[in-house]
Amino acid sequence: MRKIIKSLQVSFWFMFLTFPIMVIRVDTIEKTVQWRWLNLLYVGLASFFLSFIWRFLIKKKEEGSKKEESGEQTITIVQKIISTPKYNRPIYSFIFLFMLAFPWIVSTYQTNIMISALIYVMLGLGLNIVVGIAGLLDLGYVAFYAVGAYAYALLNYHYHLGFWTVLPIGGLLAAIFGILLGIPVLRLRGDYLAIVTLGFGEIIRLILENWNEFSFGPSGIANIPRPGFFGMKLGVEEATIYIYYLMILMTIITIFVVNRLQNSRLGRAWLALREDEVACEAMGIDRMKTKLAAFALGATWAGFAGVIFAAKTTFINPASFTFLESAIILSIVVLGGMGSIVGVILAAFLMILLPEYLRAFSEYRMLLFGAAMVLVMVFRPQGLIPSVRRKYVYELKER
Amino acid sequence: MAEAILEVRELCKDFGGLRALDHVDLEIYPEQIVALIGPNGAGKTTFFNCVTGIYEPTEGDIFVLDRKGKKRRINGYKPNKVTELGLARTFQNIRLFPNMTVLENVMIGRHTRTKSWIFGALFRDRRTKEEEKETIEVSYEILKKMRLEKFVNELASNLPYGAQRRLEIARALASEPSLLLLDEPAAGMNPQETKELEGLIEQIRDQEKIAILLIEHDMKLVMNISDVVYVMEYGRLLAKGTPQEIKEDERVIKAYLGEDHDA
Repeated sequence: MRKIIKSLQVSFWFMFLTFPIMVIRVDTIEKTVQWRWLNLLYVGLASFFLSFIWRFLIKKKEEGSKKEESGEQTITIVQKIISTPKYNRPIYSFIFLFMLAFPWIVSTYQTNIMISALIYVMLGLGLNIVVGIAGLLDLGYVAFYAVGAYAYALLNYHYHLGFWTVLPIGGLLAAIFGILLGIPVLRLRGDYLAIVTLGFGEIIRLILENWNEFSFGPSGIANIPRPGFFGMKLGVEEATIYIYYLMILMTIITIFVVNRLQNSRLGRAWLALREDEVACEAMGIDRMKTKLAAFALGATWAGFAGVIFAAKTTFINPASFTFLESAIILSIVVLGGMGSIVGVILAAFLMILLPEYLRAFSEYRMLLFGAAMVLVMVFRPQGLIPSVRRKYVYELKER
Repeated sequence: MAEAILEVRELCKDFGGLRALDHVDLEIYPEQIVALIGPNGAGKTTFFNCVTGIYEPTEGDIFVLDRKGKKRRINGYKPNKVTELGLARTFQNIRLFPNMTVLENVMIGRHTRTKSWIFGALFRDRRTKEEEKETIEVSYEILKKMRLEKFVNELASNLPYGAQRRLEIARALASEPSLLLLDEPAAGMNPQETKELEGLIEQIRDQEKIAILLIEHDMKLVMNISDVVYVMEYGRLLAKGTPQEIKEDERVIKAYLGEDHDA
């Protein structure tokens, strides 16, 4: 009974809130007012039932968290499948084969979408080093992406350097920018760091927008060549497929690198730094050096992704590197689960592919997107697939 | 007698206008257990923080014998440098890495004794692999010594309180210090656990052959295990001596129990 009253309250509240926009419609041409009372009924009913579902889910979640507190680390089925080679091998190899066959099954348009999804996988995994593993909130990650993209565009424009030459240069440049930004900024903690990196991202964008002699301003740089295949010129379609395979390769390298970094002495230091900086220093970890390594390595992947992005679109301008971009990459990391490689990949695909395929509902896209984010954060604050703490089991067997 | 592992001369630390440490002298010799006691706010933890590099002292000198047996002045060294030289500490309010496993916590302690960096992590060459294996083995040995082996893969935050205290000591030991600094190791422990801790500290001194400096409020523990006791009050050293001498020292009794107005 109390539940019904509560839901009634919710529905009345929503009816009241949405009254001006859902019920009243002012026709400014004929100067009449339309009253759409039926809408009010719909809003009332919908919010009434939704509040029931909401409360049910919250209750379930609370029960779940109680279980977690009582000791055992709850590991979901998905996490289990991912962490046991017996199950994950066939799944991974299937996904791999599917990804290999992908450009031959679908159109160039689809392949292009998949390429941008893969670029975001790379960006997400790169930022995952900084935010997910080392726990440094970086809101200006897109700046390093821009550095990579403009490195290719400008070096090609001025010196006619090819894609393969610039790829490492772009990564290196981004890493250098990461270190340059890192040295003054990494003394800051948490919120302050976030604000400064946000500012840095905007500075890079504004420079690119306003320094016409250097970056050609808002009009951007066009006719950036696609990567060549051993000196051969490729048509649009072949080039797309070629870039697609290149991206697959890069993604695999990224996964490999991030995985290795995570399970190393350096990775442990990052994790510890995320947990407690003072204790870390007392244990002999050089805070600056370790943080800088995280920043530089994260930036490197953004640099690589930037170079590939420039080569893929053949045109770049500062509008591609706004704060929204940083926010999307960050939400990929948070949505997927901090520090979880599989989670980040899944989230990147969701975040990039869903909006593409939901173009039919494009007007509601942002609304749905926001609602989905809120739901995930309420019910799975640890991310879609949280990372599993590595266990050193063999050590126990030995003795 | 051998040279002092830690030698502090005329150490002062000001916070604004407040003098938290006022010309403190202290020295510790190998395999000694030294206790630092005093009422709350006497500056004991400030002293720890100065020695371990978390604060920079305002005046005075701190000398440490490094691993090669050379005497070094460590004023203004960063905490990680101090740890590299062979001083390891625990914290008054436990500062473990709560979301890492017990073993990982100790492995972090091995950081100063290992070297691999980005390239080692990426290419996992033979040296890195061996180093990693050694890290795990040594860490496990230390856990066994601290009777924590059954918790190896547990998250640190899930441990009972006493075990968390022991884990902090284990983590500090992993850096193979020559001097272990314990900040109120028995705080919040019951008498039984305190008794165990007493044995553990003595065992550490005997097995690892290291010196221990501890801040502690539990007088029974202090008097039972210390070789030398320093008493602080209002940032100043009040007294120094063997437990027996301290027990009988008028000034110390006054500091703890207040002035006797009838006398």
